[in-house]
Amino acid sequence: MNDMYGKGILKGLSVSLKRFFETYLDDLSWIGRRYNTDAGIAHRGSKDARGIFTVQYPEEKIPVPEEFRFIPFLVYNEGPNGEKNLLCTSCGICAKVCPPQCIWIVRSTDPATGRPIPDPAEFYIDADICMNCGLCAEYCPFDAIKMDHDYELAAFGRHIYNKAMLSKPTKYYESIRPENATRENAARAAKLAARTAPTKAD
Amino acid sequence: MDSNELNSPGFDIPPEIKGQIAITSLDRIYNWGRSASVWPLMFGLACCAIEMICTAASRFDLARFGMEIMRPSPRQSDLMIVSGTVTKKMMPTIVRLYNQMPEPKYVLAMGACASGGGPFKEGYNVVSGVDRFIPVDVYVPGCPPTPQALLNGLMKVQEKIRGESIKNSRWYKKGSDLAEIPIPILGPDLIDPRKLDLIKNEAKLQEQA
Amino acid sequence: MTTPAAVQTLDLSTRFPDGATPDARPGYSGWLVDKSRLVEFATALRDEFGYDYLSSVTGVDYLPEGKMEVVYQVYRTTGGSGVMFKVQVPRQDPVEVPSLVSIYPGAEFQEREAWDLLGIKFSGHPDLRRILMWEGFSGFPLRKDWHEPYFEEEAKPYKNRWPDGKIVQAESNNPYADNIAYPPDFSPEAESFDPEKALYDALRKYQKNEIGLNTDHIIVNLGPQHPSTHGVFRVAVMLDGEEIVNLKPVMGYLHRNHEKIGERNTYLMNMPYTDRLDYLASMSNNFGYALAVEKLMGIAPTERADYIRVLMAEMTRISNHLFLIGTLLNDLGAYFTPMLYALEERELILDIFEAVAGSRMMCNYFRFGGVARDFPEGTFQKIKEIFFERLPGKIDEIDRFLSENEIIRSRGVGQGVLTAEDAIRYSVSGPMLRASGIPYDLRRAEPYSIYDRFEFDVCTRKNGDIYDRLMVRFDEIRQSIRIIQQAVKQIPPGPVTSVKPMYQVRVPAGEAYGRVEGPKGELGFYIVSNGKPTPWRYHVRAPSFINLTAFGPMCIGQKVADVVGILGSIDIVLGEVDR
Repeated sequence: MNDMYGKGILKGLSVSLKRFFETYLDDLSWIGRRYNTDAGIAHRGSKDARGIFTVQYPEEKIPVPEEFRFIPFLVYNEGPNGEKNLLCTSCGICAKVCPPQCIWIVRSTDPATGRPIPDPAEFYIDADICMNCGLCAEYCPFDAIKMDHDYELAAFGRHIYNKAMLSKPTKYYESIRPENATRENAARAAKLAARTAPTKAD
Repeated sequence: MDSNELNSPGFDIPPEIKGQIAITSLDRIYNWGRSASVWPLMFGLACCAIEMICTAASRFDLARFGMEIMRPSPRQSDLMIVSGTVTKKMMPTIVRLYNQMPEPKYVLAMGACASGGGPFKEGYNVVSGVDRFIPVDVYVPGCPPTPQALLNGLMKVQEKIRGESIKNSRWYKKGSDLAEIPIPILGPDLIDPRKLDLIKNEAKLQEQA
Repeated sequence: MTTPAAVQTLDLSTRFPDGATPDARPGYSGWLVDKSRLVEFATALRDEFGYDYLSSVTGVDYLPEGKMEVVYQVYRTTGGSGVMFKVQVPRQDPVEVPSLVSIYPGAEFQEREAWDLLGIKFSGHPDLRRILMWEGFSGFPLRKDWHEPYFEEEAKPYKNRWPDGKIVQAESNNPYADNIAYPPDFSPEAESFDPEKALYDALRKYQKNEIGLNTDHIIVNLGPQHPSTHGVFRVAVMLDGEEIVNLKPVMGYLHRNHEKIGERNTYLMNMPYTDRLDYLASMSNNFGYALAVEKLMGIAPTERADYIRVLMAEMTRISNHLFLIGTLLNDLGAYFTPMLYALEERELILDIFEAVAGSRMMCNYFRFGGVARDFPEGTFQKIKEIFFERLPGKIDEIDRFLSENEIIRSRGVGQGVLTAEDAIRYSVSGPMLRASGIPYDLRRAEPYSIYDRFEFDVCTRKNGDIYDRLMVRFDEIRQSIRIIQQAVKQIPPGPVTSVKPMYQVRVPAGEAYGRVEGPKGELGFYIVSNGKPTPWRYHVRAPSFINLTAFGPMCIGQKVADVVGILGSIDIVLGEVDR
């Protein structure tokens, strides 16, 4: 090169310097609003992000998008007396589709007849095998198993979940995935309507 | 941790000097110092290592926890983040690294693979969880755990450090449980020297059958 | 398609009237070559027909027929479709096939892998050792009659999961309560184990320099725990002073049996596993796998799904290259600052992945016949903001920050040179091949999906050194941004899947080889189906694994400090190297 030796380094350092000043400029233009506010966190993840990029977990948390998936959970409807009516019918599709085979389901049987009834007696997920792929939730025909948003699960022991630990109310599901829940509720209502409509015509 | 947290209860400070002095126990100030300067081992195994790098990068910034100094040498680190699938071929190295770390040392199993084998558990070259060979302090589930989930796990490590006491911590006791972990051998399959008797018995049983 | 009509009309049957016959099994294509004529056949393909690029070598164990088959894929670097040819040998030990390393040196590691996992012996191979497992491991794991210690059933789903799914940890069925099994006549005391001996013996076979002082050479190991190896990779080097006289990469420290598990999984179950191959570019793994299975099933995605796939694949390429720029600069000694700048932009792309697919890295987004779900609201807005407004400027900024830097130039220019001829010989692909001056890009050479609709340049550089390999990545990011900008403007509305979503797909018997231009190079999936819900053979042609074939030759004669930079510029991801 014919250029002065060191010109490239200086050019690079000017970029660093620019970014150094941007830190203060951005702090000034967002004064008081940049940290610990939703708008501030959104700003740091937007196209205009410049300056300090850090989101200070645990005080600030990056909001998780609706589709985010972590460990699966089972959805239940709360009955009038506080009983938990799982949507799960123990059809076993999730156990069949699970790629690492980390789901174990015990189907209940009617003690009188010995016939299977559509309710899981037990439901295990070994979270130390689960790969968070979301196929169980995607292919569940009853919208009974869903992927959770809660990622703060670190513990001093291994993670094997049973039915009691996995069950979460419908309200919780609707709060973490509002759009999906609305869509699924509408589809279920339409299905129900379609099923009842011909019987009325009869 | 602010001075209120450091101030140990049980000692009354006269009101006139309150705000000027702090009384603490040796455990507390010692653990406070340790927990705020945990140096992780720069040790990436698989997919989770990428999330660990992201955790150390600017958006999540491990430096806020005093952990920014990732040491490539085990001799200088306190915390081993086992980030990814532990394979049999890698296992001797991991045990050797763990043995080389100075005490007190901690192990965080990041992700499903390190905790219990993960989706690859059934594979012929996969160890079902690093805790089969080295003691694990904190398990972080997820595949992979997001950086925030890892930070949550690291805070658990700090919590554990703060709960320890010099008096009864096993690091400062004379005793045998600090003996080095024997390094596994790569034979026809992975051989754990601690299981030699079992292996011999099993071979005998097979011979009889 | 691997062998369309144009190739069938190739005059191979007149050239080899007795040695080669077209593969007539239903669903199969290509040529069956007689074992004794293999070397002659391959030489003719290369020299007379111009198929200079060996893409993939792998073995298939046809246990019911009592045969082993070795499958080769060759291409022309001038573009167009390729030729597949196969050799069948009886399945009796020793299974022996002549090695093609002397004709296509790029076969070296792939033949070693076939030896390691399937026990196919390649006679004439210069260094036939195990590559993914360690020397001394008992058995050839990918053979169909070999079972691992945690073996439950031949195919998933396992029967004990439902309806009577009492949780049973796999450990409890094993006598050692662990994932281990020993051969029947094994006694740990009678034997001593030295898995390293074969490696060091191989390392000692180097070209002796007769001129100058006769000095002792030393062996140095870098890794498997070394900050520059981007994971668990090991390099054993033989040094003369600071100069490298021989170098052997050692891998397999992350060999997690992708192919064995993949042959037990159903076709759909393999999709999330492909995410974990090259975990920096999960969507392009999804892409390659989906293409291969779709080829077998004979379905095509919808128009909108095609666009979404291209968008996602190009975003993946950008995020992968950004990561590479960061880590390569780390390797060259610019500790962390370029990495932080590059990762910042990558995080913004990962936000889009997370919103669309649900996970930052393991996207699991593609399905056969489309994608899992449509973009949620606001995604296009976000893509426009990032890829139209922010990223072009930021890439220029990182470029300005790095590319004229004298230290980077002096560490990169002229170091680790791979000439164009060598690049082809060693079957190097992707940005590495293009940095050596070969304008070979699958998106252009054999367009898949809808890549023929976009305007973009195939980026090449001339010298094939570390610096060029860095710069070609900058060029590719810019071209990917161009593609994304066009795709966003053209994308039509409509459904995102052409078939009803099903968890069990029907795949007719046959074979398919689907390949895409991944960020690391040519990513191929070779799938053999026998009509059952699980693939009979599932092989991944991993670009970073095969690119490593050229690593040794590139390093010999260089200083030991440059190993790190050369390795960094290859852009390996251990999940894909070791699978």
